[in-house]
Amino acid sequence: MAPFIRIQNISKKYGKLLAVDNVSFDLEKGELFSLLGPSGCGKTTLLRILAGFELTTEGYVEIDGQDMVDVDPADRPVNIMFQNYALFPHMSVSNNIGYGLKRASLPDNEIKSRVSELLELVHLNGMGERKPSTLSGGQRQRVALARALARRPKLLLLDEPLAALDKKLRSETQFELCKIQEQLGTTFVVVTHDQEEAMTLSTRIGVMNNGKLVQVGTPNEIYEQPQTTFVADFVGEISFIEVTVKEQKEPYWLMQGAVPIHVSTGAKFRINQKVNLALRPEKISLTSKPTGKINEFPVEITDWAFYGAGTQYRVVGPGGINLKLYESHNLPSKSNARQPETGFINFSPDSIIILER
Amino acid sequence: MRRDVPLLIKALGIAGFGILYIPVMIMIIYSFNSSKLVAVWAGFSTKWYKELWTDDILLTALYKSLLIGVSSATISTVFGLLIAIAFVRFSVFKGRLILSLVASAPLVMPEAVTGLSMLLLFIAMEISFGWPSGRGVDTIMIAHATFGMCFAAVVIQTRLRDMDKYLEEAARDLGGRQPFVFLSITLPLILPSIIAAWLLSFTLSFDDLVIASFVSGPGSSTLPIVIFSKIRLGVSPEINAIATLMILTISILVLFGSILILKREDKK
Repeated sequence: MAPFIRIQNISKKYGKLLAVDNVSFDLEKGELFSLLGPSGCGKTTLLRILAGFELTTEGYVEIDGQDMVDVDPADRPVNIMFQNYALFPHMSVSNNIGYGLKRASLPDNEIKSRVSELLELVHLNGMGERKPSTLSGGQRQRVALARALARRPKLLLLDEPLAALDKKLRSETQFELCKIQEQLGTTFVVVTHDQEEAMTLSTRIGVMNNGKLVQVGTPNEIYEQPQTTFVADFVGEISFIEVTVKEQKEPYWLMQGAVPIHVSTGAKFRINQKVNLALRPEKISLTSKPTGKINEFPVEITDWAFYGAGTQYRVVGPGGINLKLYESHNLPSKSNARQPETGFINFSPDSIIILER
Repeated sequence: MRRDVPLLIKALGIAGFGILYIPVMIMIIYSFNSSKLVAVWAGFSTKWYKELWTDDILLTALYKSLLIGVSSATISTVFGLLIAIAFVRFSVFKGRLILSLVASAPLVMPEAVTGLSMLLLFIAMEISFGWPSGRGVDTIMIAHATFGMCFAAVVIQTRLRDMDKYLEEAARDLGGRQPFVFLSITLPLILPSIIAAWLLSFTLSFDDLVIASFVSGPGSSTLPIVIFSKIRLGVSPEINAIATLMILTISILVLFGSILILKREDKK
């Protein structure tokens, strides 16, 4: 069966600048897909291509078996929620939400019932007569969502949907957004530069850099098995160690950097191949005395930061390797405890990410 | 904490506004003078205002000025709006630079030059096409619309540039097609600037003496032309009266325009 939405070899050039570079991916119906990347990576351009505001230089978009190339934005079964919400300031909340329904020339009473349905969906009952300027940021965001959902699009695009909200509201809204998405079964594509947002929202994430889609996968795959140094570095905290493959010592590979490191992996290497090892902070344990475990070496603690749920340390190991590590506070942390200046770290051979160099 | 304005600045301010407005105040006061001599106060009277209503020449001139003002302001606003849209919504097009020069030159061109060139154009057109036959209300209207348009374009452009361009995209995304998006979204949002542009063009036309004197013909004297020619025969209190009325009209229009613009800015 053909996928619900197919994006095939899309490229977009502005003069000489290649804003989107040969991007292809498919979406299943009801997916919540995030496009994640630093600003200027082409994710917003890609979103505007899907909405129909930008023409592609190459490639095509197909939604539910229908080719979208020559379809005007007004006729696409796609709606977009803009980053600044773009609510019509001279219209009431109800008229904002009903704008697209009036265009679809539905009868008045049907528009009315549909608008009140949507107001209920986003918990804004009784706010229909208010002007957008009298609403809070979170309420405006929900009006924008209701307006974008009004025409029952097959694909809903959200441009940084939570960027304008404060942290506390953001996590609530995130949860709410997921609930609505599940309830309606609409396919969502979310553009964001916030990796945490992408992780918590999405069923799948596409990481973009310099116009290219560098990796597509579930949040777990993106975090635990990044395929490039860029993805590893962009998503979450990570430390890198440069090493050379020395020998295979079943069940490990021995790799030599400033210290010898045992790596457990199914992958094959050439002897003397140069690779990058990457370590997530929470995979490293810090102890005050040596434990005799594998991959253990002494470090000097250069910096630490208290995060409430845990403490992040920056340590320097033999040969000047810099590592970040994270220790969660399973027991109440003591405010007057002196932070140690030296210690030992160890990490399991199968928690190491291996990247090409 | 509030800081007081230094005394010197206060004094300069008062002096500046004094120079501007004291003559106007004196003129208004003397329009209620019962004496025929302009400089001698002989008691309060409204007889000059009554006399205005019987002065056919002035009334005809007033009517013509209003007619020219309203029609040229309307034409100016429509064309000004089109220019503004071209500049703000289409960032790159052939001849953009030339158009921007052409559209802003009349703002700084001496009025005598504009008037004379208009006159030459009308004469040349009359010789080639037989229209306009002679100069009259229509030629003044065209001349006023031409320079009013540039002012209108400036006023509307500012507002259009401030408008969130994603609003139009959002409307299109929700199924709106072009004329409808413009009428339902863009126009209501820039309406204050359109009204302000109309009022500005109207006052420019209503005030204009120089250009109108070049392109007017027999029987098409506007109010400023009639006042100016009357003054040459000596100032009469009747002139004070009509000037007072003009000031009143224009002040009301300007006030109305400013309120509209301020009100919109408050909302943002």
